[in-house]
Amino acid sequence: MAMISKEHKKEKLEFEETELRLGLPGGGGIVNGDLVKNGKRGYTETVDLKLNLALKETGKGENLQKEKNLISCSNDSVKHTHKAQVVGWPPVRSFRKSLMAVQKSNSEEGGGGAASFVKVSMDGAPYLRKVDLNMYKSYQDLYGALGKMFSSFTMGKCDSQGMMDFMNERKLMDVLNGSDFVPTYEDKDGDWMLVGDVPWGMFVGSCNRLCIMKGTEAIGLAPRAMEKCKNRS
Amino acid sequence: MSEDEELPDLGGGATPNSNSTVVSIGGGDQNYVSPGPDQVLENVLENVLCFLTSRRDRNAASLVCKSWYRAEALTRSELFIGNCYSVSPRRVTNRFRLIKAIAIKGKPRFSDFSLLPPDWGAHFAPWLRAMAISYRALEKLYLKRMCVRDEDLAIAAHSFPILKELVLVCCEGFGTDGLAIVARECRQIRVLELMDSVIRDNEVDWISCFPEDVTCLESLIFDCVEAPINFEVLERLVARSPSLKKLMLNSYISITQLYRLMIRAPQLTHLGTGSFSPLEIVAQGEHEPDYFSAFAACKSLICLSGFKEIIPEYLSAIYPVCGNLTSLNLSYANISAEQLKPVIRQCHKLQTFWALDSVSDEGLQAVSAACKDLRELRVFPVEALEDAEGPVSEVGLLAISEGCRKLQSILYFCHRMTNAAVVAMSKNCPDLVVFRLCIMGRHMPDHVTGEPMDEGFGAIVKNCKKLTRLAVSGLLTDRVFNYIGQYGKLLRTLSVAFAGNTDLGLKYLLEGCPKLQKLEIRDSPFGDSALFAGLHHYYNMRFLWLSACKVTRQGCKEVARQLPGLVVEVIAWNEEENGTSEDVDTLYLYRSLDGPRADAPRLMVRPSLIMLGKALFNYRAGFPLAALKISPSSCGFHALAVEPSPAA
Repeated sequence: MAMISKEHKKEKLEFEETELRLGLPGGGGIVNGDLVKNGKRGYTETVDLKLNLALKETGKGENLQKEKNLISCSNDSVKHTHKAQVVGWPPVRSFRKSLMAVQKSNSEEGGGGAASFVKVSMDGAPYLRKVDLNMYKSYQDLYGALGKMFSSFTMGKCDSQGMMDFMNERKLMDVLNGSDFVPTYEDKDGDWMLVGDVPWGMFVGSCNRLCIMKGTEAIGLAPRAMEKCKNRS
Repeated sequence: MSEDEELPDLGGGATPNSNSTVVSIGGGDQNYVSPGPDQVLENVLENVLCFLTSRRDRNAASLVCKSWYRAEALTRSELFIGNCYSVSPRRVTNRFRLIKAIAIKGKPRFSDFSLLPPDWGAHFAPWLRAMAISYRALEKLYLKRMCVRDEDLAIAAHSFPILKELVLVCCEGFGTDGLAIVARECRQIRVLELMDSVIRDNEVDWISCFPEDVTCLESLIFDCVEAPINFEVLERLVARSPSLKKLMLNSYISITQLYRLMIRAPQLTHLGTGSFSPLEIVAQGEHEPDYFSAFAACKSLICLSGFKEIIPEYLSAIYPVCGNLTSLNLSYANISAEQLKPVIRQCHKLQTFWALDSVSDEGLQAVSAACKDLRELRVFPVEALEDAEGPVSEVGLLAISEGCRKLQSILYFCHRMTNAAVVAMSKNCPDLVVFRLCIMGRHMPDHVTGEPMDEGFGAIVKNCKKLTRLAVSGLLTDRVFNYIGQYGKLLRTLSVAFAGNTDLGLKYLLEGCPKLQKLEIRDSPFGDSALFAGLHHYYNMRFLWLSACKVTRQGCKEVARQLPGLVVEVIAWNEEENGTSEDVDTLYLYRSLDGPRADAPRLMVRPSLIMLGKALFNYRAGFPLAALKISPSSCGFHALAVEPSPAA
């Protein structure tokens, strides 16, 4: 990428100061791609114009040169801001651009990243459920949701407190030896792990599916026996 | 040859139909007169010409003599109009009487990228008016980049009772209202395909408008219709369409709904999968259907697309069909290389593959390893931004060239490229017919050597002897055009942006490429003297587009003056309404038998802006103003008076 000199930066600042903007209300003035530059107007429906009076007087060649200079102003803080966008460039059709934008905004609504749906099964339940792990910020949140989802099927401590108890090693064996349910998950390697050992973010990234097992079956997944568990499966 | 001189000339006057009958014109049946030798010849000719299907062959046949011209005109049943303004509908319907299938293309391709005002033209209505009278037996209608209104669809549905195929590509101006009318009225419709079109949601349940009995639908493509679909009705429609082979759903169809449709139509060959996600966050009380087995049941599936909002973990459901696929379109699926690999490695028969650059170079390497029969590849950008660190580069291109030796067509968006990779592709893939490389940063050089991309594209035109379509990008000097002019002898379509240094660039092209039909150039420093270099060739072209170049109004006028058979459309910025600035923003010229069009858009002036007006001029040298058939008051645009050329 071409490097930008002080003069060019200054030029850009001056340009920005003198320009008039007509943006959509509430918007930052930056919309998908088709922004106008240098007085050339695009014919998109969302009119977002930057009228640059200064540049209009220059010849086309100079415009081109200015554009060239203005492109390379890549500051990290404004990583994907459309700085010197030209109408219709890159030549990607608007329906394709807008679809990708919709997808992106959908995933961002989900909490910073693509939706992360995993199946949740529970021993004894007649059907599976699905949860989007990105909807939750911590194990606590997740347990709460799971508890609500499967509350009709458990007789034991499948509420969030029960699961939190499970995290506590001192209560662990009591819990496991009972008929309580224990949340487990299958990770990317195909191993069945106990939920709660790793940081939440890492868990979300590595969890393929969840299974709420009967406590007796989950004994082999107790925290102290994690290594054995890995070796076994 | 000479016996027909007294009959109507080629100008398109009405040709009496009685030429083709055997019985004499004058009397009743008792006065049978045996046909003269001319008549026999024409009858024989017509019978023979019926077998000519290629339009190029037919065009050639029609030029032999007037007799052949007439016979050909009476027997042609398929018509292709490459530019809707090159000829008037009236002239067409006067010449061809028996048309059953017609394809009409409207706006130039750069209109897809917002380079033309939305009301620029390419209206279907005038064509429809003429066809509704003359082509009542129309069976197939194909429109590309045309403005089609709901009323037009209604009129078409009423006027063409045996319409079987309606295909609208990159069209706009209509909505689900229009679709409802088509569904309801076109009782014989077999093919209804809407592709890449902008369709208004009038909140009409158009799917419900299909007749209740068994349909003859073979193809239903509505993936671009951004409107909710009544699923239960769609399901019943699919169930009563036993001939349905192609079904492409929009993103309002969830994967569970897709499942239900698939089990009703296992005979499908082409499937557009819709959203390919559950759409609900948690499926309420529902078992997850066995998508895998639904795909397994579709034994004829060869073409898969859609995946508009894909949840990547569902992709494994398509494994059963991968081995049979010849076409896979993942260009809406934002998936990684890791997610692509298990799918693509099973697609041994794949010939067409479209993807997003999210698959990265690594994903393309997997394609290269698995898809040895690949003919067409398109890689689109997830983020169409110039200054980004894209995930695909010369590495992916090189890998494809090494693995997919039969490649014929490629469209590749990237942020960085090298000449070496392009040269390698030119040598590894000699069958290339279409090479479109879009390096998204303007004026980007070879990112390794820092040199212009001239040598890479030069190698393409030199080594790919079958090349007919080329799009260039990156930092390019006049040299690349020299190469193209020298070697691009079969080139028909060329797309140029932000390239070249001087007029020489365009001159090389216009002087060197005899087959050039469609030339679209933007933001390149080509001026009037380059424009004049093509005067010998413009009549042989479909169009020339120059935007943000250096041509002047004077230059455009001169071209119009010298070539009366051209229509020269100019869009220019004026500071005042009657500006005399020489600046030309867009030049679009094309040959036309019927002069400048009367439907040019009105001037648009928005009072909220500082005075910026647009003026659209039509130049038609040699005709007095009256013959232009326009008046400033009716169309609201300014026509320049030009001096009649003495030769006219």
